[in-house]
Amino acid sequence: MASRETPEVNAGSMADIAFLLLIFFLVTTTMDIDTGITRKLPPPVEDDTEMDIRDRNIFKVLVSSSDQLMVEGDRTDISTLRMDVKEFMTNPGNREDLPEKELRFIENLGDIEVSKGVVSLKNDRGTSYEMYIKVQNELTAAFGELRDEVSIRFYGVKFTNLINDDYRKAVRKAVPMAISEAEPENIGGN
Amino acid sequence: MARFKKKKPDGAQKINTSALPDIIFMLLFFFMVTTTMREVTLIVKVQAPEATEVQKLERKSLVSYIYVGVPVKTQFGTESRIQLNDAFANPSDIPEFIATEREQRDESERKFLTTSIKADKKTRMGVITDIKQELRKVGAFKINYSSRKVANFSN
Repeated sequence: MASRETPEVNAGSMADIAFLLLIFFLVTTTMDIDTGITRKLPPPVEDDTEMDIRDRNIFKVLVSSSDQLMVEGDRTDISTLRMDVKEFMTNPGNREDLPEKELRFIENLGDIEVSKGVVSLKNDRGTSYEMYIKVQNELTAAFGELRDEVSIRFYGVKFTNLINDDYRKAVRKAVPMAISEAEPENIGGN
Repeated sequence: MARFKKKKPDGAQKINTSALPDIIFMLLFFFMVTTTMREVTLIVKVQAPEATEVQKLERKSLVSYIYVGVPVKTQFGTESRIQLNDAFANPSDIPEFIATEREQRDESERKFLTTSIKADKKTRMGVITDIKQELRKVGAFKINYSSRKVANFSN
């Protein structure tokens, strides 16, 4: 006679099936998180309108085809770029040849001096991508540190740790990421 | 008396393995969730440059990728080429590529579309500049230069 109890399903091979699936996903999985430097491209220019920016407000960075760096007409090394940009943007001594500052009212921050400086980045078609990213990295770092300074002064925490969206917006306004990339042209030397 | 049987000291005691499938399933679900299937097979070699100030790319579904690098197979030359989807492309193909990428997304999400440029570090900027010019033309302004995060640059 058949037993009245519900027959038990043999679950012994369950583990095997699960293992098989597990191995499949283990193999196909790619754990790489996409990271990178985010930038916003400028809209295309309609006609050749010259932007009217005073010379003192522009920080010229040039990367040659042989990956050499020229900052404000002088050959320099990438290691000093970050400090140079920070000094240029803050203009601590209110020097005549460094950018003007404008007193602007920003919500949550009050009246604050905002630099009118713009970093102009120009590269050759022969510049290596690695060098270009290095330069972009230094520029990002410089602006990041400036934002950190403002953020610490007003809110006591670094910009990256600032959670409040309104505060973040305010700091971003106080230190705008003023990087301008020149219209491409061959600046010589291949 | 035979009422209490003496426990036999049996050699290998059986371990209860009934929880094993549960553990395996847990692992399985973890990998199922974290897995992202590579949609394209790379036909160009891409070794991303290093950077310290990187940001995470959020919302992967809103990212379209442009690969730039030297072809894997040498018969396609040693010059840096652009790869869109599964084929080589020219800079002039980018507007069409962006248009199809936009069509695949929900209308409300189109403006958050980011273009990630995954270029090899040995690439010359000429190619990248061409790509950037094309992207500007079609209004895909949000870009991301894919790079690996390192704590410090090694010289």
